[in-house]
Amino acid sequence: MLEVRDLEVAFGPVAPLSGVSFSLEKGETLGIVGESGSGKSLTAMSVMGLLPLSGGRITAGSIMFDGQDLTNLPEPAYRKLRGGRLGLITQNPMTSLDPLQKIGPQVDAVARLHLGMNASEARARTVEILGTLRIPEPGTICNRYPHQMSGGMKQRIVIAMALAADPDVLVADEPTTALDVTVQAQIIRLLDDLVKERDLSLVLITHDMSVVAQTCDKVVVMYAGRAIEHGPVEAIFDAPQHPYTQALIGCIPKGLSDDEHLTGIPGTVPNVLNYPKGCPFHPRCTQAKEICATDVPAFVQHGNGQAACHFPGAPQ
Amino acid sequence: MSSMTGIAARWMAGYRGTPVSRAFGSWLGKIAGGFLVLLVLTAIFAPWITPFDYAAQDLTNGNAPPGWPHLLGTDQFGRDVLSRVIYGARTSLSVSATAIAISITAGMTLGAAAGYFGGFFERAVMTVVDLTWSFPDILIALIFVAIIGPGLTSTTFAIAIAYLAQFTRLTRAQIVRLKRETFIEATINLGAKPHHILLKHLLPNAIAPVIVVGMLAIGDGIVLEATLGFFGLGAQPPTPSWGAMMSSGTAQLFLSPWVIIFPGVVVAVTVIAVNLFGDELIRALDIRDRIRGS
Repeated sequence: MLEVRDLEVAFGPVAPLSGVSFSLEKGETLGIVGESGSGKSLTAMSVMGLLPLSGGRITAGSIMFDGQDLTNLPEPAYRKLRGGRLGLITQNPMTSLDPLQKIGPQVDAVARLHLGMNASEARARTVEILGTLRIPEPGTICNRYPHQMSGGMKQRIVIAMALAADPDVLVADEPTTALDVTVQAQIIRLLDDLVKERDLSLVLITHDMSVVAQTCDKVVVMYAGRAIEHGPVEAIFDAPQHPYTQALIGCIPKGLSDDEHLTGIPGTVPNVLNYPKGCPFHPRCTQAKEICATDVPAFVQHGNGQAACHFPGAPQ
Repeated sequence: MSSMTGIAARWMAGYRGTPVSRAFGSWLGKIAGGFLVLLVLTAIFAPWITPFDYAAQDLTNGNAPPGWPHLLGTDQFGRDVLSRVIYGARTSLSVSATAIAISITAGMTLGAAAGYFGGFFERAVMTVVDLTWSFPDILIALIFVAIIGPGLTSTTFAIAIAYLAQFTRLTRAQIVRLKRETFIEATINLGAKPHHILLKHLLPNAIAPVIVVGMLAIGDGIVLEATLGFFGLGAQPPTPSWGAMMSSGTAQLFLSPWVIIFPGVVVAVTVIAVNLFGDELIRALDIRDRIRGS
């Protein structure tokens, strides 16, 4: 369905993304995880063809969607895909809706544009979708303004807009970061159900490893604009090969005992302007040897997964 | 939820109803707004409420002081000052409102296009528009008078051009700011076409400050219309205009001061009322920072 291969993105002379590959079949959920600044959202923007908006461009690699390469797709054709066969759920539901328009017309517009429906057909569809998203009284909600709704509700509206034209692939860019914890779980469960019911392909971008463990079939772990480990979710969680993946999994709170302390990864993600030579993670890696500072590691096969590390599987 | 507390706080502060009803909420808004409503009604119903024909001369009763039956006196031709002031309101308000309407329409179109498309087009539009701003208003009026002769058409176009830059810049600033908002990005993500984004999402969100600045500009337009009338570039006799009345009154300033005082007072009070009500409207719409930012 969707296959990204060796994607490289540049903003002028800066290349914040390189060598990102993943593939996604129908009905599958792919998790892209990593800390802030690791290139997750940039990957989503590349898939949606939104890089030109912020002055970026794809310099290498390909994005194949249903046998079509999106990297050189002209804008009018891309516009048809966006919101049509490719849906995007944005990070911030609070500001993703037009404050001056009622909910109904905003959601209707998608079906009218992409499915060529008239006003009453589109409204019927809107009410139906809002219903499947477990929004109470969908007919009344259509006459509300965004400011009259809670964050969780707004996120459901944003999801409804992404679903309105029956997309094949849904990209959810940190769909729960702006919501509080109880609502987060509901939204994630909702997305999970939608994938199953509608046989959607979902790209779930998150920094929450526990969400990935619950919902995804495959994982790509990103660090400093590179994919450093990818594979089926069981393989990655059972035997993480890259020290960074190990550390990320180590950060999930178990919540069992009183004397458990929250763990973190010391240091921060390097700035785009000075990515380290060699393995990008080596300055923060407990296993780093000399070679890590000089050579970029190649992917090493391990089971069904691959990790880009000189010493894969080394215990932390 | 920060947005909820914001709404709650506004509710507590009396943010209820439409912006116009909120602007009428304070006593200042009531007085200024009430005066303007009265003025507009007077202008509309002028033929029925004026005691005399505004153009009827009575040379035997020239320069009569205020009294009965000429409540505000007569000018040197014996014309009733009150009737002329009332008809003057028609001229002033309609010229100013028409001019500002033209100015807003053209300014919003140019500003929205410049802000949305950017690049060379934006620079070209803004340079030309800023150029019109660098001309004194009177000079613009003189250019139009030279082309189409003195009269209300010249005055209207002169006022429209004089305020074009203001609306273009204001709209452009709003569009440039809104273009970066998440909901516009979200709309792009849903595959919306540029004209849909511009007409359905950008312009409606940009219109509030334009309405208020337009309101204030009508006040300025009234002053400009009076100024041009005073110099004889605006309304031509016998069309009554506040500026032209004051101009003809200067000759008899000490003999019959009421001829110049009453239209002058009406201009001043009208402009003050427009500005006070405009301020109330800004407060009611809660957009002070957006107007200052332009």
